[in-house]
Amino acid sequence: MSELNLNEVTQNYYDVLKEIGNIGSGNAMTALSQMLGCKIDMEVPKVDLLEFSEVGSAIGGEEQIMVGVFLGVEGDVTGSMLFLVEKQSAKTLISKVMMGMGQPGEDFSEMELSAMQEVGNIITGAYLNSLSTLTGLRIYPSPPDLTVDMAGAILSVPAIEFGVYGDQILMIQSRFFHEVQIDGYFILVPDMDSYRKILSSLGMPV
Amino acid sequence: MGELIKVGMADLKTCLPPNGVTTLGLGSCVGIALRDKFNKVGGLVHIMLPDSTVISNNTNRAKFADTGIDELIRQMEALGASRRNMVAKIAGGATMFAVSSRASLNVGEKNVEAVKKVLKEKGIPILAEDTGLNFGRTVIFYPETGDYVIRAVGKPEKTI
Repeated sequence: MSELNLNEVTQNYYDVLKEIGNIGSGNAMTALSQMLGCKIDMEVPKVDLLEFSEVGSAIGGEEQIMVGVFLGVEGDVTGSMLFLVEKQSAKTLISKVMMGMGQPGEDFSEMELSAMQEVGNIITGAYLNSLSTLTGLRIYPSPPDLTVDMAGAILSVPAIEFGVYGDQILMIQSRFFHEVQIDGYFILVPDMDSYRKILSSLGMPV
Repeated sequence: MGELIKVGMADLKTCLPPNGVTTLGLGSCVGIALRDKFNKVGGLVHIMLPDSTVISNNTNRAKFADTGIDELIRQMEALGASRRNMVAKIAGGATMFAVSSRASLNVGEKNVEAVKKVLKEKGIPILAEDTGLNFGRTVIFYPETGDYVIRAVGKPEKTI
């Protein structure tokens, strides 16, 4: 099997991957807005081939504190998925989910983190399900894990997986917001050979 | 106070007093700070993976424990440092998530092991370390004093 060469990724491929991000995060947002009982807006997804040095600054700086829910992706497509929300936004999101029962102040209670993990689980599940339906490929999420840490440290996890192939990372990134309160990202990072599978399942010659 | 020189992911920089050298948000990667204890030539390398020899695309020497340390030593020697006077401090190598996909399984731990092995082979003693566990670290190294400052979310700043 020939590997997809990152330097030969054309505009067509970007458009297809962007559409995947659009459909996936569109479904995830529907799940999230049902959960919250309010409307969530979404930006047009970005597909970026980033140098490692740019990874941290891509989502607001390496030291930006984020809540990250991480899942492994298994099945025909392998890789990882991250649901990242800026700390203060995560607080707002959790408070909505828990109907205002969240803990006041800066820190997160066990209950809040657990709620956030469940939110991450449901909406990344919706994302991956729609991707599976679209491509006809089997795509399963592994159980999620959550951390509250610096964006750079969280993003080093998918970056390391790409480090095996080169010095760049291909990310499908969707940004969503609710008024000004919730600011977060979905980042889908398929392994290199999974990109090839996804693209060819959609009829792209690779 | 001098300037702070920034090192990115899979990157390295040398540094002379009074400047310091920093890398932000180390996760499973390891930040290796080296210093010639006599002439105070220093440097920092932010490695991502343990071993360049098992990977075909290994042109970026700063990405791997073996070639990264090698290259940092070389550049420090070019500034007048001597390997037998070098000492090391290391930080990072966390396991950010308890779950992981296959490629990144225990990569933090493997990185730390590889770094220790390489430094041992080079005869460079490790004076201090802050590695492992499950949180990210920002590090700042001052070759003047050899202080390695470590910041983590929700924890007091410490100097090793």
